[in-house]
Amino acid sequence: MRFVDEFREPELITKAAHEIRRLADPRRHYRLMEICGGHTHAIYRFGLNDLLPPNIELIHGPGCPVCVLPMGRIDDGLSMTQDPNVIFTAFGDMMRVPGTQGSPLEYKARGADVRIVYSPADALKLAQSNPDRHVMFFAIGFETTAPSTALTLMRARAQGVRNFYVFCNHVTIIPAIRAILESPEMRLDAFIGPGHVSTVIGCRPYEWIARQAGKPIVVSGFEPLDLLESIMMVLRQLNDGRAQVENQYKRAVLGEGNRAALKAMADVFEPRPFFEWRGMGFIAQSALRLRECFAEFDAELRFRIPGIRVTDPKAAQCGEVLTGALKPNQCRLFGKECTPEQPVGALMVSAEGSCAAYYSYEHRKAALTVLAPAL
Amino acid sequence: MCLAIPGKIVELLPEDWNMAVVEVSGVRRKIDLGLLDDDPAKAGDWVLIHVGFAMSKISEADALEQMRVLALLGEDEAARQEIEGYGPPPANDNALRR
Repeated sequence: MRFVDEFREPELITKAAHEIRRLADPRRHYRLMEICGGHTHAIYRFGLNDLLPPNIELIHGPGCPVCVLPMGRIDDGLSMTQDPNVIFTAFGDMMRVPGTQGSPLEYKARGADVRIVYSPADALKLAQSNPDRHVMFFAIGFETTAPSTALTLMRARAQGVRNFYVFCNHVTIIPAIRAILESPEMRLDAFIGPGHVSTVIGCRPYEWIARQAGKPIVVSGFEPLDLLESIMMVLRQLNDGRAQVENQYKRAVLGEGNRAALKAMADVFEPRPFFEWRGMGFIAQSALRLRECFAEFDAELRFRIPGIRVTDPKAAQCGEVLTGALKPNQCRLFGKECTPEQPVGALMVSAEGSCAAYYSYEHRKAALTVLAPAL
Repeated sequence: MCLAIPGKIVELLPEDWNMAVVEVSGVRRKIDLGLLDDDPAKAGDWVLIHVGFAMSKISEADALEQMRVLALLGEDEAARQEIEGYGPPPANDNALRR
């Protein structure tokens, strides 16, 4: 309960926690998946698990784009740096993600021209100021970042830029949820829907989850109270036998989403027939690639990409953690070979990955208890 | 990347595509408003920013709350770095050129 002290409205938090205990039927076990990595981070950071009764289990979903990217794609992207004329650009989140021959930062240390950008627009600017170099942007992210890549490509074309390329790894959340629901070992009762992805896609794409799969989904904000309120809304649905899409995050999410962003995505990208997700295998229509009219900017067409496929280290159990079959600390490597300082699997790299979040908060908390039981 | 950063629009730069100067915790940087075309923003509006692009308009109260969430999550430093990484506003551009 340490983190509760920092909350602005501790009495409201306590009230919400009581209400959740009242709503949770002691004869039932509730398995709720929060889809978004930001929510996973918030749940651990705020110690929300400590506020929930033991029969409410939060399963961490696939909504961390760095974590679900197969290692082969990182190798493929970095393979382009063999050409000394290439400037490799990516968001800071990518820089420590290990490929088989090292992370982008390690490539940089070995002499590759690897640069952090904070926006795809910065990568485009870099291309314009270095007309004799090839600037490659390693695009990653769900619907929160894909529209920005799309708009940047539209600008690149309008400005006639000839040395800017996108290595597209954008993924979409709905097919991943479908894959989870279709997986035979999955026993989920309901979903906490992503907040910022929904500012783009709106709430309508979730309708089938309620109607066809019969699972409640509540789109949630990131405050501790938001998450607790969303859990309450889910419990009420489950107790009433309802399955609906509800929006707890009305202050940022409109039902129809951001139409301009959706249009930019549709104009520039098309779904790939298949894309591999780390730990989840190939999922149909789950990722985006550049449309033919943007082929001149497509790094996969302009460069020779080896198409590397890497199986995760056998001992690492990222897949089982990613699908909720194992808790992070139940993986063989957790906290031993695999730590945030020396990550083996991608779930340990990003603060939004469930292993890194678990390690930073729960693991440390447990260690403190062992070291200082008197406190 | 996935958690939005709230910022206040202080100046529109219509001659520079759909760019605007935004202020986040006292730091002024250029961001892109091109994804708000359906519901254009104006100076004084608050927006949620992802990777240099405004993705939605929000109220001032919700913007301050989102700032607080970033601080609570320990993400405020990363958010500050990201904002500082965006391009400088036009005045600084000139200063850099000189």
